Amino acid sequence: MTNPPTNPYGDGHFGPYGGQYVPETLMSPLREVEEAFLTYYQDPSFQAELNRYLHDYVGRPTPLYHAQRLSAHVGGPQIYLKREDLAHTGAHKINNCIGQILLAIRMGKKRIIAETGAGQHGVATATVAALMGLECVIYMGEEDMARQAINVFRMRLLGAEVRPVSSGSRTLKDAMNEALRDWVTNVRTTHYILGTVGGPHPYPIMVREFQRVIGRETRQQILAQAGRLPDILVACVGGGSNSMGLFYDFLDQPHIRKIGVEAGGLAIEPGKHAARFADGQRGVFQGAQSYVLQDAAGQIMPTHSISAGLDYASVGPEHAWFHDTHIVEYTHASDAEALAAFQLLSRLEGIIPALESAHAIAEVLKHGPAWGRDKIVIINLSGRGDKDVDHARKFLLP
Amino acid sequence: MNRIDAQFARLRQSKRAGLIPYITAGDPPLPRTHQLVLALERAGADLIELGIPFSDPLADGKTNQEAAERALRNGVTLHDVLTLVHNLRRFTQVPIVFFTYLNPVFRYGFARFADAAAEAGVDGVLTLDMPPEEAAPLKQELDRAGVHTIFLAAPTSSDERLRSIATVASGFIYYVCRTGVTGERDTVPPDLPDQVARIRRVSPLPVAVGFGVAGPAHVAAIAKYADAVVVGSAIVRRIAEGGDSDMMVHTVESFVQQLAQTLLSPPS
Repeated sequence: MTNPPTNPYGDGHFGPYGGQYVPETLMSPLREVEEAFLTYYQDPSFQAELNRYLHDYVGRPTPLYHAQRLSAHVGGPQIYLKREDLAHTGAHKINNCIGQILLAIRMGKKRIIAETGAGQHGVATATVAALMGLECVIYMGEEDMARQAINVFRMRLLGAEVRPVSSGSRTLKDAMNEALRDWVTNVRTTHYILGTVGGPHPYPIMVREFQRVIGRETRQQILAQAGRLPDILVACVGGGSNSMGLFYDFLDQPHIRKIGVEAGGLAIEPGKHAARFADGQRGVFQGAQSYVLQDAAGQIMPTHSISAGLDYASVGPEHAWFHDTHIVEYTHASDAEALAAFQLLSRLEGIIPALESAHAIAEVLKHGPAWGRDKIVIINLSGRGDKDVDHARKFLLP
Repeated sequence: MNRIDAQFARLRQSKRAGLIPYITAGDPPLPRTHQLVLALERAGADLIELGIPFSDPLADGKTNQEAAERALRNGVTLHDVLTLVHNLRRFTQVPIVFFTYLNPVFRYGFARFADAAAEAGVDGVLTLDMPPEEAAPLKQELDRAGVHTIFLAAPTSSDERLRSIATVASGFIYYVCRTGVTGERDTVPPDLPDQVARIRRVSPLPVAVGFGVAGPAHVAAIAKYADAVVVGSAIVRRIAEGGDSDMMVHTVESFVQQLAQTLLSPPS
């Protein structure tokens, strides 16, 4: 067996986590994706094209905004919001999609597939496929399609075919199973744009690299605005791509606290949440070893969150490693706490956050008052909440 | 000697390809699965693949997904299937291979699983989502317990990958004859002879061919090139249609008999 290409970004194992737990049929395509990533990501012409799209099309850099009314309300640290909600399509997901579609074109692929939960990654994928004129199929659980009808329409408007997934729990994990089944069937023509820092290698490192732009910008912006680095970074963690994107360029600063907020759902009881670090065990799921919500027999548990984007039974493998090595602290916010944060930010700052991002805000509302007035906190506002307005309305009085 | 090796030696002697029916353990409920395994052997099965139901079977098509869902609704766990095999061993010595996803085995514990599998009389374990790169921890335990670790080879496997599969595989190599999930198809892929020849160049192990095999004509066509033919969804579909009944067992038995017949006559 010849050695795989040396990958300066790592071999896809993070301690015991990560790896490539997929059927043999997918091993060659995964190698092809890895080789394309290694070849082109360091190529100056690829970087130039990527940066041009990020600047002119996505609208980067996204602002870092000092939320003074929110800071005053919390009564503790100065709070800054990294405004990924202002990126094109309304969330950080587009950063990864632009990167992967540029790779797909260089690999000669004609067809793009993706899974989506809340629909944000599906919309971002449909967007870049439209931009490049490629055929696009998005898999989405029937349950999620009902919860996120507007995003289904947006994807179709963008020319994508949205295929309902009726198997299993009809949510994100089932959509990902179906996308993997499609990829197994059509590997020769199709690139799978996986939307998070999960799944089999090379996705966790590749998506991380495409999302690092968030932290890179944030570091420059806070130095420019506050004259120093922050004390605390907070982001929500579903699969974990927006938090990874924010945290990664601050890993050389171990004294900066990094807090990942999972979905606490209704309660930390079986089937009522998606807090993998609160209630999960090591397992192998959808291509990677990580923390997994599962029963005693190793069956994947149903999950719940008010936010479809956090409603997933596993978490990116590098997060699992960061958890065990205490590089990042993980906590969770409940549905009710997220809804309260959703309303509060809307009223205090005129910013309607995605319900996903509202989990990160909820953490600062809960613990921020104790953090001290001299501290600087940066929250990744990973997406905007327009998509959630209909869903939230059912829980809130007008 | 492992029952799988003994069986392939017998097949070689009688110069014919073997038949490997697949069923999902627990669909229908385990007492009926027990009865079904014995019926499959009577009908002429040379090896039997028992699927371990998993909540997220990403390599399976609709037929097998639904079978797994029914089995899970019946509350079937990996431990129950080990007990099933243990009980079956009082009645049959047909080689039994587990067809599973890794997580139930991971959760059970590799060492504990290998011991339990050997003790129950499981002869091989095929883990669909465990390529050679990730296989060392489980394979080490299965080797120790004398249970074969069976690997998939695919149309997309490069010669380099086939060589790495050949170095870790034991028992036989399972060639997935098309890119895609499990499920019945209409045709035999035209590249099958070349693909099987590619595997034979790197490994002396028997080659079983499966994924998409629908009926007797398919079995006969594949048997010309393979050491064994796996038939899954076509059987599982008949189980789903027949439900938990004696009639279903009878229907499946005569279908498998038909398949086995095509392998008994010398290839034309």
